[in-house]
Amino acid sequence: MNKDMSYLGVMSRRNKIMKNAVGIDYEAFESGTIAFDYEKMMKEIGYTLDEMQSIQKNVSIGNTPIIELKNLTKLSRKVSPKGKGARIFIKDEASNPSGSFKARRAANAVYHAKRLGYKGVIAATSGNYGAAVASQAAMHGLKCIIVQECYDSKGKGQPEIIEKARKCEAYGAEVVQLTVGPELFYTFLRLLEETGYFNASLYTPFGIAGVETLGYELAMQFREKEGRDPDVVVCTNAGGGNLTGTARGLIKAGAFDTKVIGASVNLKGLHMASDSQFNKKSFTTGHTGFGIPFSTWPDRSDVPRSAGRPLRYMDRYVTINQGEVFYITEALAQLEGLERGPAGNTSLAAAFSIAQELDEDKIIVVQETEYTGAGKHIQPQLTFARENGIEIKFGNPQDEIPGENIIFPEHPSYIKARDIDLNKIKKSYIKNCIEKTNVTNVSSEDLEFLIKDTKSSEEFVKKVLDELNIKYLQENLGV
Amino acid sequence: MNAKKGDWVLIHNIVLKPEERAPQVPDDTKEVPLEMWVKGFINHDASVDDEVEITTMTGRIVRGRLIDINPYYKHDYGKCVPELLKIGLQLKDITFGGEDRE
Repeated sequence: MNKDMSYLGVMSRRNKIMKNAVGIDYEAFESGTIAFDYEKMMKEIGYTLDEMQSIQKNVSIGNTPIIELKNLTKLSRKVSPKGKGARIFIKDEASNPSGSFKARRAANAVYHAKRLGYKGVIAATSGNYGAAVASQAAMHGLKCIIVQECYDSKGKGQPEIIEKARKCEAYGAEVVQLTVGPELFYTFLRLLEETGYFNASLYTPFGIAGVETLGYELAMQFREKEGRDPDVVVCTNAGGGNLTGTARGLIKAGAFDTKVIGASVNLKGLHMASDSQFNKKSFTTGHTGFGIPFSTWPDRSDVPRSAGRPLRYMDRYVTINQGEVFYITEALAQLEGLERGPAGNTSLAAAFSIAQELDEDKIIVVQETEYTGAGKHIQPQLTFARENGIEIKFGNPQDEIPGENIIFPEHPSYIKARDIDLNKIKKSYIKNCIEKTNVTNVSSEDLEFLIKDTKSSEEFVKKVLDELNIKYLQENLGV
Repeated sequence: MNAKKGDWVLIHNIVLKPEERAPQVPDDTKEVPLEMWVKGFINHDASVDDEVEITTMTGRIVRGRLIDINPYYKHDYGKCVPELLKIGLQLKDITFGGEDRE
């Protein structure tokens, strides 16, 4: 039997390979048009909160501490208008076994793989998720392959990704490293086909549900510590799973008034699949290169339907520049005595700015931190940037041009979270739904789905459909 | 450099030649091949640059060009970035010093 192993040949077998590798029949939740039953998928394929807590407790994941950043709060009040400057807290997820919140996602995925009888797990990731899957595979005695996009065509690799390879190998995983390009997915499919292992995708219902424990814990911890829910939770946003899982956990805890804000590092202008631009960026995740495309089309991931659907839960979306994140990482170490990885501090930089808009008695929480170490630290990352021709200087971070310079704020008052027009993102998502499904007449079921999936209103979705010249049923939906 | 059967090695191969790359790849990426590196135990004696066969940590058999024997990690904490030294000093000055909002 000679299988076609060319790019298009393997890609044409995508659905079959994926079905075997995740054990989910996504068809069961499809309507055939735009809508699919998201909640049914989460309920039937995910785990209950109790089950997840018990799975994670068994592998020492979760119950991470909440730390009040008193000095950073003090600093933000120095630069806030009088009476402003909310109390800033972090949830120290770096204390999870693999050093980040991704342990929660991996715990469920690997547990599920083991339960279904798979011999091993594969994940395509250059980030903390790889280390988390490798760590969980080690605990469950499963084999593990991590596929990374790591080098440019000159063989130069991002120090952060190289460190992640080391961490995966430390847990006994096999690491396959590739040069830049979306065909990582092709290699990934070939490996799934060759090994018959489980696809420990970041975007399965159980992966996302694994993060619900974080949001739930967070609400419970604040009720115990402060007697109330936090006012704002800031989540670093890339593929959408972190924000989705956290928000769902907050809702399960009944924290309905807590606002959820997404934050991404601004990498505007850099093409993620470009060989020459790959090493011009200093962040490998948590940036707009993932955040924007995954918000406007979450189903671009390695499973047919992503369980990470950030627009469903996001109240606001901001960007922050690379120089500001590096600066706040240094501030966290120097003012709070906490050395944590730069990528996890994206939402901290945003929170420092947003805290200044809120009254002093409000509570703003950054819901994760990540470990730091050789390669994965501001110094090697800035060294790497300088070696790749990036100018590093003090100034106004607003003037930062991704790929050309990194600007540290001259003064902490220069740190400013910049709002992304969420309505524009929602509109773009609706447009993608129409284009990908070729729907010409939106049904009442589709309409209801679009309203929920964009956390908007019937009026908003209808207005967008009118602008796109797409017809829809006129009956009363009762929403 | 020579590797003996069973040594821990790093190999390299070309997954897709430039002309085989995905249609949606940007122009600069289309000009270069998709390359792959993987480590494993070598299945026979060989010299660097030879085409070899390895058994990876998960037991897969992979072929490629031998490029390193007993590979090790070379990433580190980078060089001194003098700008970083200024940040902590300024922040402590503002937080605990005299500067205050109006």
